[in-house]
Amino acid sequence: MVAQSNDVIPLVASGLSVKFGGLLALNELNIEVRRGEVLGLIGPNGSGKTTFFNVISGIYAASAGKVLLDGQDITTLKPYQIAAHGLARTFQRSRLCLSLSVFDNLMLGAVRRLNSGLWYNLLRRDRLAVDVRSAAEEARDLLAVFNPDLAGKLWEPAISLGMIDRRRLEICRALIGRPKIVLLDEPSAGMTHDETNQLMNEILEVRQNLGNLTIVIVEHEMGLIERATDRCVVLNYGKKICEGKYADIAADPLVREAYLGKS
Amino acid sequence: MTMISMKGTAGQIISSILVTVFLAGSLIAILEIEDQRELGICVAVIAVLSFIMPRLGILRSAEQAGAHHPWAVRSIILIGFFSVLLILRDNNFALLMIATILIYATVCLGITIQTGYAGLFNFAGAAFLGTGGYTAAMLGNVTWLPDAVTIILGGIIAAALGTLLILPVLRTRGHYAALTTLAFGVLFNGFLEANELLGGPQGLKVPGIQMFGWDFSNDLAIGSYTFSFYANYVLLIGAIFAVFMMFTRFVERSWIGIWLDAVRLDEIAASVFGLKVSVWKSFAFIAGNFLAGVMGAVYAKMTAFIAPANFTFGDSLLLVAIVLLGGIGNRWGVLIATMIVILLPEKLQFIQEYRLLLFSCVIIMLLMVRPAGLLARRVRVFEELR
Repeated sequence: MVAQSNDVIPLVASGLSVKFGGLLALNELNIEVRRGEVLGLIGPNGSGKTTFFNVISGIYAASAGKVLLDGQDITTLKPYQIAAHGLARTFQRSRLCLSLSVFDNLMLGAVRRLNSGLWYNLLRRDRLAVDVRSAAEEARDLLAVFNPDLAGKLWEPAISLGMIDRRRLEICRALIGRPKIVLLDEPSAGMTHDETNQLMNEILEVRQNLGNLTIVIVEHEMGLIERATDRCVVLNYGKKICEGKYADIAADPLVREAYLGKS
Repeated sequence: MTMISMKGTAGQIISSILVTVFLAGSLIAILEIEDQRELGICVAVIAVLSFIMPRLGILRSAEQAGAHHPWAVRSIILIGFFSVLLILRDNNFALLMIATILIYATVCLGITIQTGYAGLFNFAGAAFLGTGGYTAAMLGNVTWLPDAVTIILGGIIAAALGTLLILPVLRTRGHYAALTTLAFGVLFNGFLEANELLGGPQGLKVPGIQMFGWDFSNDLAIGSYTFSFYANYVLLIGAIFAVFMMFTRFVERSWIGIWLDAVRLDEIAASVFGLKVSVWKSFAFIAGNFLAGVMGAVYAKMTAFIAPANFTFGDSLLLVAIVLLGGIGNRWGVLIATMIVILLPEKLQFIQEYRLLLFSCVIIMLLMVRPAGLLARRVRVFEELR
């Protein structure tokens, strides 16, 4: 592990391109995420936001360019290796294991911290029991920040949860592994305006508890972006068209054009 | 009907005794009754009782007993097992049936780990059972090798063969992985038929077990009771089955159990959160085939003779059917489904050649009533872990 000194930029994408056949989903993208900031990633549908997340987390391979996580090149690594480097994410469309319990779903997020050894899991049942108990304790505490009711449903199947609680569970799953950087892909999708606001407050509260957690967030809800982010990057057709504080990018004619079309 | 007594510790223990007595009683009745009309009535009564029991909360209560008082329940099951053995002690056929049930149930436990947990279909269960069997047969001439080692080697060779197969299985997905194992199951049988060294279609003789200085082909005398020599095998197979039941439970109730479920339900999410999918699929495949191989070796030694006809593709299908019928991922469901699938066609002689047809209809009807299987798998709860 590289020492987590403050002068290393946590996430750098340089000249990053992704090609699907003839389509350039990402076109020589340069993005830097600074330590402890909340970076908003916005742009019209199909502008490459989710593709960017999928490349960073290793689901898609980059056609060109580089991704550095805490100074280490992760461009060609597999998703499970990137996770081990301390990157966690949520998905635009829910990827919970619905038939498993809330606890099971959360623990999937803690893979890099838990012991997967055969000897320990099968024969050291006493130690495993102790670890399960403390993990359950920690899971309850984390869930309670979002919704105290949710903490009481630790052993219920995830399918029994409502939409907003499922979303909370996904975010908790990304947080419980104590990642260095979290990618949130449209946390507000499928929720009402009020629910979205509530969820964002919860995320910001947890973030404070976790120290200076670095977050990249993809979102269409501009109110949320304005309130939660320190900085924004605007994508269009896989290219970065603008970067800066929300107030500045909102006033940028290129951004207005991308969203509303040319007048 | 009242259910008040079924809650609380006493109720749970009573429930688990009731369930054990019911299962043991059904087993003994079906195995001992010869008259076909009486047998028909007996099966009907059992069917009605097993319809009523869950509705009285007895099954749920017994399940909780297993969670909260595992050692009490294990003792009850053990007493039930020995009672069955004692009552059927001189019935060769019955003991052979019980041994067969436990052997098949063990292979199905392996398939439970593969299919039920890791989501890896295995249509070659009988081939891995056969690998263990043929290992025992080939090692039969090596007299200095203790039989315990031979049996474990049966498991290891089956697991090793599975490791070769896992490579193409990992490169394919879903139905294609199933197809790979299916092809292997068919190939295995063809290979045995054609191979002179392995006895071809005639098969091979296998020497019986000698363990702890005891020849398993001798009748077993305990006090004034004499047990048929099959009782030796039932005891050994029962012990192996119990160990593998514990193993399967430990796998499920551990971090590994969660990893396997995650790999089955969502490979992408699993890998994004740090699981190496191929490692966990391989683990499940190898572990499951090991169980099959071990029982294959014991099976060969018990029947003293094996041939390709014992390990056909049809048998592999039967194994998968048992897992589906029992409720994918439920260990006890596997045991009960194996009893039904092995015993019914064997005992229902009165319908003659229609028995397989009727048996198939029964399975289809059962699955229509209970699409998730006889005993559906429950959500994992760790609180009972001890």
